[in-house]
Amino acid sequence: MVRKDWLIALAFLAPALILLFTFTHYPAVQTVIDSFWSTARGRRPSVFVGWDNYARMLQDDIFRRAMINNAIYAAITIPASVALALAMALFVQGRILGRGFLRMAFFTPTVLPLIAVANIWLFFYLPGFGLFEQVRGLAGLSPRNWIGDPDTALYAVTAVTVWAQAGFFMIFYLAALQTIPPSLREAAEIEGCSRWTFFRRVTWPLIMPTTLFISVNATINAFRTVDHIFVMTQGGPNNASMLLLYYIYEQGFRFWDTAYASALTVVMVIILAIVGIGQFFFLDRKVHYR
Amino acid sequence: MKDSTANPAVPSVAARPDLSLSGVTKAFATATALQDVDVTLPAGKFSVLLGPSGCGKSTLLRLIAGLDHPTAGTIALGPDRIDHLPPKGRNLAMVFQSYALFPHLDVAENILFGLSVRRVPKAERQERLERVASMMGLSELLARKPAELSGGQQQRVALARAVISQRPVCLMDEPLSNLDAKLRAEMRSEIRALQQRLDLTMVYVTHDQVEAMTMADHIVVMNAGRVEQVATPRDLYAHPASVFVAGFIGTPPMNLLPRAAIPGVAAPAGAATIGIRPEEVAQGGDGLRLRAAVRSVEYLGADQIVTLEVGGARLLLRQSGQALPPGDALSLTLPEPALHFFDDAGHRLPSPSDQSPQPQQELQRETRA
Repeated sequence: MVRKDWLIALAFLAPALILLFTFTHYPAVQTVIDSFWSTARGRRPSVFVGWDNYARMLQDDIFRRAMINNAIYAAITIPASVALALAMALFVQGRILGRGFLRMAFFTPTVLPLIAVANIWLFFYLPGFGLFEQVRGLAGLSPRNWIGDPDTALYAVTAVTVWAQAGFFMIFYLAALQTIPPSLREAAEIEGCSRWTFFRRVTWPLIMPTTLFISVNATINAFRTVDHIFVMTQGGPNNASMLLLYYIYEQGFRFWDTAYASALTVVMVIILAIVGIGQFFFLDRKVHYR
Repeated sequence: MKDSTANPAVPSVAARPDLSLSGVTKAFATATALQDVDVTLPAGKFSVLLGPSGCGKSTLLRLIAGLDHPTAGTIALGPDRIDHLPPKGRNLAMVFQSYALFPHLDVAENILFGLSVRRVPKAERQERLERVASMMGLSELLARKPAELSGGQQQRVALARAVISQRPVCLMDEPLSNLDAKLRAEMRSEIRALQQRLDLTMVYVTHDQVEAMTMADHIVVMNAGRVEQVATPRDLYAHPASVFVAGFIGTPPMNLLPRAAIPGVAAPAGAATIGIRPEEVAQGGDGLRLRAAVRSVEYLGADQIVTLEVGGARLLLRQSGQALPPGDALSLTLPEPALHFFDDAGHRLPSPSDQSPQPQQELQRETRA
């Protein structure tokens, strides 16, 4: 009897189990294993190399470049998109004309595929003709190749990321703001509390759980969102916009050095885990949950 | 009110002005919430705005607070108009129905919120906090968050926040409606005692006539955006100014019969409706005698409500709970001094009940307070 229950349970679980193991758990474990082996090439089979792949990273200038770029990229996109999302949410929360239209406009980037959006941004950045060039032209400034210049390429793709994800985060802020009862504002108003003081002392602490959620998501995105790199810069020029995940893609699927790509992946996952958990524990103590 | 002079929280009596509203109208896009409201809420008194939901009483309170603005009319505190001032400039405190406590701040921070926003010096803040917390019985709870308090305790924190501001006018919007019945009765007397102790000018909104009758110095009865009557609780019960007030106050409210239902009554010209309280319908003594068919009996313990039919109209009789269950019919007496007359428009006409009860009772009550 007990055996039969087990079989039925297993049968029900099988579809999810098989999918999860085949596409999530098995590849994850295999990646860690692969990172300690060499890549099989032609007649040379894969051999155990221990920490060699990891040691190679220390000598790899492009890897170092990608790490630094990714750190800059994260350091800008996380606070910028959180701040922009909050600003937009506060703006469209009040009773203003065309609120529905503005909310939709702010949310639109989320609905569009990043690949398509990146193509549009390519035109914005186009030297000579692009939107930014035209504005600069009006101001009498000399033309500039935003994504072709190693000094600006990283910031050009960073701006696209912020633009693309801030609208999505805004929705969470908007939802959080709407859970704050209006009577709190009224009570504060009677006490003589200014708008800024109310924001600082009441609104901000009350939406802290949302801020935590959004910043963890923004952190993950900072390592995960590379779609627009494919379209806009392919990591160039001279690796100026090379990000970690894009580098992993290049190593794994362009040069087919899967062992090295596996080692890079392990490093990236560890970084993400440390940052994510750290963020959670650091901020969690300051967050008031209702 | 000798207590008040001993309390340093209270500004001098001379500084306390009446709150007066004249011609106050509030129109929304699709409806008019208040129509031409004229009322004076005297300083140091407990005024209750009473009415059914949707009568405009909460809107009126929000206009006084400055959270909304009147379409027309003036609101003045003493000689000064305040209707153009922002809420913070009106020198009043408010307790909200939902308490509006800040969930992330502890009790002490909640109570002190206003003082810290207004940059009151730290030492004074602490001193006022200690006094108010011990007055409200919150001293043990200062470090708790609102979510860790019971409904009654949250209510006390909201009150403490109003009290610590030391503002002479306190507005309350149905503050007891979220409490259970027992706690409500306790808080009623607590709020009333607090108002008298601090000599506050209280404006209290409720739809519960028990709250209004037990707490108020003055009741402002409102209906459909208008003031129906302003009176002391006793006067309101004894001399309702309109059919609406007569039918709203009292549990059960006054019997209102069309004049044709009891043709034997000597009513003045123009009387369309005759009113009599269920407890004043007698079964003997002087007055108009009539027979009524019994329809149902509602037993409440101390007394029972008998529903009768007279001349096609419904008449309620309140009698002692110890009375025997009535049969199919009763013979009744309507004592003349208990009758109220109203005209076609629902306004009170001169009635035999105008003479009762004796006004001395009112005076006694004032001196006791």
